[in-house]
Amino acid sequence: MKFGVVVFPGSNCDSDCFHVIKDVINEDVEYIWHDYDEKLTGFDCIILPGGFSYGDYLRAGAIARFSKVMPRIEEFAHNGGLVIGICNGFQILTESHLLPGALIRNKNLKFICSDQYVKVVNTNTPFTNLYTKGEVINLPIAHGEGNYVVDEETLKQMIQNQQIVLQYCDKYGNVNDETNPNGSILSIAGVCNKEKNIFGLMPHPERSSEKILGCEDGKRVFLSIVNYLKSR
Amino acid sequence: MLKAEIYVYLKKSISDPPGIAVLNSLKSLGFDSVEKVRMGKYIVVYLNENDIEKAKEQVKLMCEKLLCNPVMEEYKFKISEE
Repeated sequence: MKFGVVVFPGSNCDSDCFHVIKDVINEDVEYIWHDYDEKLTGFDCIILPGGFSYGDYLRAGAIARFSKVMPRIEEFAHNGGLVIGICNGFQILTESHLLPGALIRNKNLKFICSDQYVKVVNTNTPFTNLYTKGEVINLPIAHGEGNYVVDEETLKQMIQNQQIVLQYCDKYGNVNDETNPNGSILSIAGVCNKEKNIFGLMPHPERSSEKILGCEDGKRVFLSIVNYLKSR
Repeated sequence: MLKAEIYVYLKKSISDPPGIAVLNSLKSLGFDSVEKVRMGKYIVVYLNENDIEKAKEQVKLMCEKLLCNPVMEEYKFKISEE
């Protein structure tokens, strides 16, 4: 089982993801440079890490989305490969239209860096199958543009297809305006595509995958991927 | 040389947090007549091109491919001789 972590100029969470895969869940992992332009063979899951790839001055992820590796990732995803985009990786996936919607400035215009309770709404995905439906977990967020928007028609389809995977909430699982840190529609924190093999989320599961970091609620995202791949 | 002045702005249906902040600030300065503020981007592109129709086509493609995200934004532009 092999993971690939894409490195964009400016990414700063690539090492964290690499470390979690290699040292925490003990799986094979390799960095993939942003201008890698060959078929992505031998990989089971590609991670687009967080961290201000480049081009955010236009829109977050807008320029990174035209990296040479991106058509390769599209090809990989269309062939059923698993792709997970975390924070800026999520923004790149929406800019690439691999996931619906877009991410705009937080409602309070502030860069938010804090722990955040998140509810796992859909456990029937390769990325969340080891969580319990409705479970409240604690994941850190660190973003200025995490306010998820999508048009009404697409949102309806997303609800029908169970594409909403994570929602911001409080520790009791309440989902409302007060428990929504950035103003995203329906408090959305993470979504997947219709086929469920592409997942994007604003919180950082890789930053809460070890007890030494205070919480390991995020580890099961990566273990879920392994679990899914093993049972496939 | 032609100059394209491109305006990229959020669709009406999308909330605009920076616009709301500026609205509140204007109101606090006493500009009570201000009802709404929308923020956007102003991008100037200089083209080594003399044919205005060709330039229009190119700028439209630039907007649709990169400068504007059609999920949340709209655009308009005007082209003039520089």
